[in-house]
Amino acid sequence: MTRSTRFVSGVLTGLLGAVALVWVGCGGSTVGGTGDAASAVYVPPGEYDEFYFFTSGGFSGQLGVYGLPSGRLFRQVPVFSQWAENGWGYNEETKAMLETSYGFVPWGDSHHPELSQTDGLVDGRWIFINENNTPRIARIDLSTFETVEIIEIPNSAGNHASPFVTQNTEYTVAATRFSVPTPQADVSIDSYAEEFSGMLSFVKVDDNGRMNLAFQILVPGYNYDLSHSGKGPSHGWSFFTSYNSEQANTLLEVNASQNDKDYIAAVNWMRAEECVAADQGETWQSTYRHNYFNDAHIAVSDQMTNVTVVTPATCEGMVYFLPTPKSPHGVDVDPTGTLIVGGGKLATVIPVHSFDKMLQAIEGEDFIGEVDGIPILRYESIVAGEVENPGLGPLHTEFDGQGYAYTSAFISSEIVKWSLETFEVVDRIPAYYSIGHLSIPGGDTREPWGKYVVALNKTTKDRYLPTGPELTHSAQLIDITGDKMRLLLDFPTVGEPHYAQALAASLIVDQQVQIYPLDENHHPYAALSEADARVERDGRNVHVYMTTIRTHFMPDNIEGLQVGDSVFFHVTNLEQDWDVPHGFAVTGANTSELLVMPGETRTLVWVPTRVGVYPFYCTDFCSALHQEMQGYARVSPRGSNVPIAYNTP
Amino acid sequence: MATTRARTPAGVMALLFLLGGVACGGAADDGANGSNGATGGDAEAELTAFQVEHGIGPITEIVELGDLDPEMAEAGEAVFTTKCSACHKLAERYVGPPLGDATTQRSATYIMNMILNPKEMYERHPEAKALLAEYLSFMPDQNVTPEEARAVVEYLRTAADGSD
Repeated sequence: MTRSTRFVSGVLTGLLGAVALVWVGCGGSTVGGTGDAASAVYVPPGEYDEFYFFTSGGFSGQLGVYGLPSGRLFRQVPVFSQWAENGWGYNEETKAMLETSYGFVPWGDSHHPELSQTDGLVDGRWIFINENNTPRIARIDLSTFETVEIIEIPNSAGNHASPFVTQNTEYTVAATRFSVPTPQADVSIDSYAEEFSGMLSFVKVDDNGRMNLAFQILVPGYNYDLSHSGKGPSHGWSFFTSYNSEQANTLLEVNASQNDKDYIAAVNWMRAEECVAADQGETWQSTYRHNYFNDAHIAVSDQMTNVTVVTPATCEGMVYFLPTPKSPHGVDVDPTGTLIVGGGKLATVIPVHSFDKMLQAIEGEDFIGEVDGIPILRYESIVAGEVENPGLGPLHTEFDGQGYAYTSAFISSEIVKWSLETFEVVDRIPAYYSIGHLSIPGGDTREPWGKYVVALNKTTKDRYLPTGPELTHSAQLIDITGDKMRLLLDFPTVGEPHYAQALAASLIVDQQVQIYPLDENHHPYAALSEADARVERDGRNVHVYMTTIRTHFMPDNIEGLQVGDSVFFHVTNLEQDWDVPHGFAVTGANTSELLVMPGETRTLVWVPTRVGVYPFYCTDFCSALHQEMQGYARVSPRGSNVPIAYNTP
Repeated sequence: MATTRARTPAGVMALLFLLGGVACGGAADDGANGSNGATGGDAEAELTAFQVEHGIGPITEIVELGDLDPEMAEAGEAVFTTKCSACHKLAERYVGPPLGDATTQRSATYIMNMILNPKEMYERHPEAKALLAEYLSFMPDQNVTPEEARAVVEYLRTAADGSD
């Protein structure tokens, strides 16, 4: 009681304070001692941010969309987890997107957003994101901000090194973080070293974005952790870090940290294509799902059965191991495509490999050994330099296009700026706290927008108003235009923002879809005008062809439903204006609401369990008469002779 | 459209003015937004004689009606059915006014501008404002093309002729 009273009075005080602020907030005056930073991130009401910033939702399974420099959250795009807010994974049209070979999976662990590229530059077509737990890659269309396709990755486990794209988005990749018996088998866990393998998967992306699992490369049973593709001179190669070259299968924190060096796998995917074309791969029976929208904007899930698997021993020149200290996490390729930076998680230096030296070592067969047909290059022959004193626990590196690299250091919780010429550290700035990835807009492309770096932090502890035991993760915006990095802004993030990517808003603002034209609505249950609105019984199924427009449903009085029927409310939004979705919900439905965009048809299934008359209504405030936007459904006992009846315009 | 949506809704603006004129520049926004309250009358004074008679919108030349074109009327009926009939009937009041006699009450140009540019019509045109006051429901912008709007006019002519 005391608490809630205090809360209310606190809110009142806050409101009064806000009013007071409104009254005095006109001078452009600064706040505290950070006025300079405040003006650097201030986006006036009604103005747009300069960048879209896409964050991984982590264990939320979704994708966050923010603006930079303001840090304002615009949307969460549902991807791998059901999302009751708009019916994603609940309504009949999107359920199939979450189908897998294991059945319907309502949750995912999203990790790395990756913007599509053309010629090594962000092109604004799509953003991909991987799912770690049940290996999958999703594609989100950047004209609708909707997940339009999800492909499952078979013969893999822990899809972490994903979905990094090649220079022209020829491929998006996937890899095994948790090696497993491949193909799966009932074997002793102790047989890890003999029976377990990893898989590097290459998913072809066609001009329309459609994904197709082109081939998989069977590799030793290590933990394949992150990836980036070559660009410019190194186009045609992809790089994957690995750790646990010890092949431990228990207590990895100790047992997988024994070797001084693990490996970055350098994959010549153009060579792999040759081997596949020459029939040097094997066809494996592997089941996986491929989910996408059909022409009616309804998700379908295809059951796939085969993949092509290539082994390094049968395709010479396809894979090489670059020794890299120690349990490397990130692998990042600089804008010129000539330097390959390893984030040696447990290393005391940041190792930087030279792509040219790598090629020379391959040419000269400067190998120190071989694993399963994969030559191991000599470290000293391929390294371009080592960055000394890089902070503790260096993880990931992005680039500013001005000759500098920025590496996150998890344990010392800082960003370290270093020169790509001298490999010397030139600046460092703390992160609050426990930075994982970091992100510069375009920071993994040939031409970064080197204006900001964003620290993506795993813990926030005392940085925000506390919210009980569970606290937000955070992002920190840092200005990198000067010699010294400058912290501008903290903002909280949804789920865990593993990685994030950003692009200039101007690249995609003008391509935003505002409505779905009604004359392109091919949904088989659409009612494209009120004249089409109707109710039809088909055995125990009842189909309601319903229209909605400001501010009524048609029909809005429905009788003749019976307990135990499956009532399909197919709701078509007849609006053809931007920003006028309508919602639909009915009492006791064991599912989420519908949120129907203009011109779209979406379907909610209601199985009434009790006799009575039940209201349904629009859930998304749509107009001055939104409160009037309601209807009734009469439910009679099973076997009742009340006929199907409904009102017409 | 993007800029329209980025502006402060008129209702919010009105509230802010009630709170005491807090505008610090940039607040002289026109408040254009189809889902909020009516706006002030200043803009109305600027209407030209053409706009008073033929509406405000993309149609700036008087549309001359020739002989009834049955083919165009048929196309117009299809557009009407999909995009208009959820709110308009010909002979009786529904969500919006009956349209059976629209072409005898208003010029073709006016009807087309009302279909193509409803937001601005509601803000600035006295006849549209009066309709809003009577029906209390904004007509949505249904993304109709000028050609489609012209066809709808042709369809409404057939209704006015008593053939429907």
